[in-house]
Amino acid sequence: MMSDKNKYKVDEKGMYGRFGGAFIPEMLQPNIENLKNVYLDIINSDAFQKEYKSLLKDYVGRPSPLYFAKRLSEKYDTNIYLKREDLNHTGAHKVNNTVGQILIAKHMGKDRIIAETGAGQHGVATATACALMGLRCVVYMGEIDIKRQAPNVARMKMLGAEVVAATSGSKTLKDATNEALRDWICNPEDTFYLIGSVVGPHPYPDMVARLQAIISEEIAWQIKEKTSKDYPDYVVACVGGGSNAAGSFYHFMDDERVNLIAVEASGMGVDSGETAATIALGDLGVIHGSKTFLMQSDDGQITEPYSISAGLDYPGIGPLHAHLHDTKRASILSATDQDALDSAMELTQLEGIIPALESSHALAVLKKKKFKKNDSVVITLSGRGDKDMETYMKHFGF
Amino acid sequence: MNRLQKLLKEQKDIFSVYYTAGYPNLNDTMPVLNALQKSGTHLVELGMPFSDPLADGPTIQKSSEQALENGMSLKVLFEQIKDMRSSIDMPIVLMGYFNPVFKYGVEAFVKKCSEVGVDGVILPDLPFDEYQDNYQDLFEQNGISNIFLITPQTPDERIKLIDDNSNGFIYMVSSASVTGAKKGLSDEQITYFNRVNNLGLSTGRLIGFGISNKETFQTACDFASGAIIGSAFVKLLDENGASEKAIADFVKNIKNN
Ligand SMILES: Cc1ncc(COP(=O)(O)O)c(C=O)c1O
Repeated sequence: MMSDKNKYKVDEKGMYGRFGGAFIPEMLQPNIENLKNVYLDIINSDAFQKEYKSLLKDYVGRPSPLYFAKRLSEKYDTNIYLKREDLNHTGAHKVNNTVGQILIAKHMGKDRIIAETGAGQHGVATATACALMGLRCVVYMGEIDIKRQAPNVARMKMLGAEVVAATSGSKTLKDATNEALRDWICNPEDTFYLIGSVVGPHPYPDMVARLQAIISEEIAWQIKEKTSKDYPDYVVACVGGGSNAAGSFYHFMDDERVNLIAVEASGMGVDSGETAATIALGDLGVIHGSKTFLMQSDDGQITEPYSISAGLDYPGIGPLHAHLHDTKRASILSATDQDALDSAMELTQLEGIIPALESSHALAVLKKKKFKKNDSVVITLSGRGDKDMETYMKHFGF
Repeated sequence: MNRLQKLLKEQKDIFSVYYTAGYPNLNDTMPVLNALQKSGTHLVELGMPFSDPLADGPTIQKSSEQALENGMSLKVLFEQIKDMRSSIDMPIVLMGYFNPVFKYGVEAFVKKCSEVGVDGVILPDLPFDEYQDNYQDLFEQNGISNIFLITPQTPDERIKLIDDNSNGFIYMVSSASVTGAKKGLSDEQITYFNRVNNLGLSTGRLIGFGISNKETFQTACDFASGAIIGSAFVKLLDENGASEKAIADFVKNIKNN
């Protein structure tokens, strides 16, 4: 029997309920086994904690504010707090994970870092951490995404990373992930694979969740300072692979007073055929080493997702979120491209904050669900909108 | 004893070929298989194409993409090979990734394999523990051998565990690489082959990945029961289509005797 306290944590076999595991070819087995054996000891060690916390504080700029959004709250007649991950160095929550994993890589004696990236946010955060530590960095990015995200490609290059185009399959994030895994197969000794979300084989989902857990650790004490209660009534985050959501939920998962809401991207609409709403559509399968919900054809071929936001454009979802959905611990909503654009404009004009398109999906919760006047609703603003200006310009006609 | 076990017991220098089903054309699966048998090939790994073949290099990736575009699926494949035993005596192993099999239903898949006369299955991303916990009985009851991979990085203890739970052959991946990546076999690889040979395993080994010509095939045969040629053969199909003559020449140039 699992103790109640750990109902939502990963078990010894790397499973969250019936999701997760490590469905990897034997070539990756020794690396994954090695990482599995050391990651907890490293993360829990004083040396790691000291260095990680110090980097989060002085380099990333944490704690990130929990901002009471007054005008937004008035409009929706509730109490909305924004967790400002957009104010982090490099502009998103991704950097919490990359500075953590880079320290783990260093502890393991690896000096070559590989990563996958979709929009380029995780690639930039990885290249940043590698520049900081003086490690070699190779980022795999779909050929199509390289064309769509030129500024981030340039940032990575300026940071000293080699950006390699993934030209296989659909030439986007899932294929970049395949290429990174192939690189790791070919370079098992010196290379560390720095995954960007709570996806991939065990122990990655758990490791990344622990490194993003700083988000909810801070929310827990910040909400106490701002309200009369010591917990929020709702925590809301967008989910691509699910790392900012996992970090936002982490310390509240066992506290059933806190309602957890994840918002996935439904693109042109759940039934449009142009969507990334994995939970709404997906069924059980194995993607990138993890058993979870994913978008696939009747024959078990993985299908290409679509969303206006490149960061939510992933055909799977982290196994933790599949489990939170399965156990009804979290509700999974979805927001369309248009919902996200509307919410981005609304936040910008009411609060003077231009959000990332990904985060705008989380904000769209306000149009989908009526909160009570006394509720405290924390919405994680996972990133800032600088990288999305081109899309905003196009859609708003600036 | 199934055909596979019999072959491993009786045949030296096993010449084995991998190719992707439904490539280059959807209906080439059986003509290629027949041509391989005619050419004296001992064993075929028939690839079940997948959208995300993460252990494969560009050649096999491309063939999988093309095969899927041609309309290949497990349902189509089983339809194509349902009568193969009227012409094919070689053992046949299906090779592919776990997701399409999982989606088809593992039990339905294993039963179908048994029904059409498939002897074994290679699913590189189905981990050993998962197989043992959930599927081993199913495979054994249906007489389907599950084939595991080992690599130069696999610890001896794990190789022995895999040996104890294998009943076809062990797929010895020649180096840390994806399919089709390297040319030639280095001293380091020979050391690894020797290390494995000294473990006293009861299951025969076939060497694969990077076996592409007569020389590499011969070397592999010196250290194992035989070897598997994949990307080099897929390239041949790419260049010549399902030509019986091209296939016969290819096999004759590499195979011993
Ligand atoms: C700002 C931002 N939010 C969210 C995501 C989605 O990732 P995850 O679901 O892992 O938080 C991304 C990914 O690139 C991102 O850049």
